Amino acid sequence: MYVAVKGGERAIENAHAWLAEERRGDPSIDELSVAQIREQLSLAVNRVMAEGSLFDPDLAALAIKQARGDLIEAIFLIRAYRTTLPRFGSSEPIETSDMQCDRRISATFKDVPGGQILGPTFDYTHRLIDFKLAADGEIPDAAEVPTDPEPVPHVTGFLNKEGLIEEALDDEEAPRDLTREPLELPADRALRLQALTRADEGFTLGMAYSTQRGYARNHAFVGELRIGTVPVEMDIPELGFAIEIGEITVTECESVNQFKGSKTERPQFTRGYGLVFGQTERKAISMALVDRALRWEELGEDFVGAPAQDAEFVLYHGDNIQATGFLEHIKLPHYVDFQSELELVRKLRREAGASQVQEAAE
Amino acid sequence: MTENQTERKAWMGLLARAPEGRVAELIDAHALNQTMSHLRPPEIGSVMVQGRAGGTGAAFNLGEMTVTRCTLRLDCSTVGHGHVQGRRKADAEAAALVDALMQTDAADRVRDTVLDVLEEEERLRRATRAAKAAATKVDFFTMVRGED
Repeated sequence: MYVAVKGGERAIENAHAWLAEERRGDPSIDELSVAQIREQLSLAVNRVMAEGSLFDPDLAALAIKQARGDLIEAIFLIRAYRTTLPRFGSSEPIETSDMQCDRRISATFKDVPGGQILGPTFDYTHRLIDFKLAADGEIPDAAEVPTDPEPVPHVTGFLNKEGLIEEALDDEEAPRDLTREPLELPADRALRLQALTRADEGFTLGMAYSTQRGYARNHAFVGELRIGTVPVEMDIPELGFAIEIGEITVTECESVNQFKGSKTERPQFTRGYGLVFGQTERKAISMALVDRALRWEELGEDFVGAPAQDAEFVLYHGDNIQATGFLEHIKLPHYVDFQSELELVRKLRREAGASQVQEAAE
Repeated sequence: MTENQTERKAWMGLLARAPEGRVAELIDAHALNQTMSHLRPPEIGSVMVQGRAGGTGAAFNLGEMTVTRCTLRLDCSTVGHGHVQGRRKADAEAAALVDALMQTDAADRVRDTVLDVLEEEERLRRATRAAKAAATKVDFFTMVRGED
């Protein structure tokens, strides 16, 4: 029988007041503003937007402040807030080929139209702690090279021309939405991509790494990685046409994988796809690798029992809010449950003890 | 889409992308004195943003973004719509006002004082960013391995 616990109100209130005090830290140190978090911890903000599944940098920054920097707690706050908003509708699919790129690299082609643009990257840094940052150092100005806007076409397009890579064709279907209906298997690719783009970065990274180490071996190249802004268009019924309702930053990764061919497909390159809110390239590359591993069935590959091939395993365990909700609930009062366990163990011990006495007597 | 619609689409996009508070700053006092009524008071909601598998393939749900919208009517019964990114009621209202005024005799003045300014500021923002990106363009070259 379940008996709810009562009482503890004062202790809870006091705990929360202390939490607020601890969140503030030493009051002789300046308080962080939400704008400071948004501007100076922007990659944390991006992660909270991606996994919170809501693009709103100010809100994500506020959530990080409230959560004392615990990003999963911040994501939890964003997910909860999201459910309070009325949904105005769905956008047109964003056109990533129109992206204004801050960064765009290809590991497969050296000379790509539009060029290799490193952007504001950690790559090629020495990963040494920079003590100048602690000393209120001056920031060097970023160099500028005035440039005319030129189109930056998708790299996979070049392989498409030779027919060496599978094409990604539009099926014109309205995608299923796991925020509106429970995630049920089998999940088509659209639903898998939605689950992956909001999945925990650490989980997705671990899954992707496992494919590189040989579980569902799929040697992946980063065909293209691009980060930048794209406009979002939505059809407005009152107007009778679509307008831009804003501009978002996204990271897109296309992986290119070897494919020896199967019963149904000729040998060619296949693709994995990652698209994530914000500047989030570790997550986008991971997503592309896991997406590719999950496509084994439609490509006629064998299921070799690797975790990254198992849609149920990946999709049901990648959401950090579901996971942490279930995991953390076991620390809340379970006195009655445990009381019955205790009774059971005592009873088993009594029975075991009685039979030992009986054996000894015989 | 008619020519008028194409034009309207362009200015509505410009208003949606404007930085916080900027549109209201640019609207002159005369315009703000307009008497108007809300057909839909500023309202915050979300829009589900879609992407495409492989950039060109089947649509999927990427995640939501916050949007604020507003509809108002001027005394002359012209209706303006505003949609802006984020949770910004004042900006959505200002955008709706500009949209309405652009359909009246005030259009030329509003274009000069609001839209042209926004356009130039946006062009400059983008050019600066593009110039910084261009400065990080690399030419990797593969080393000759000595097989020849």
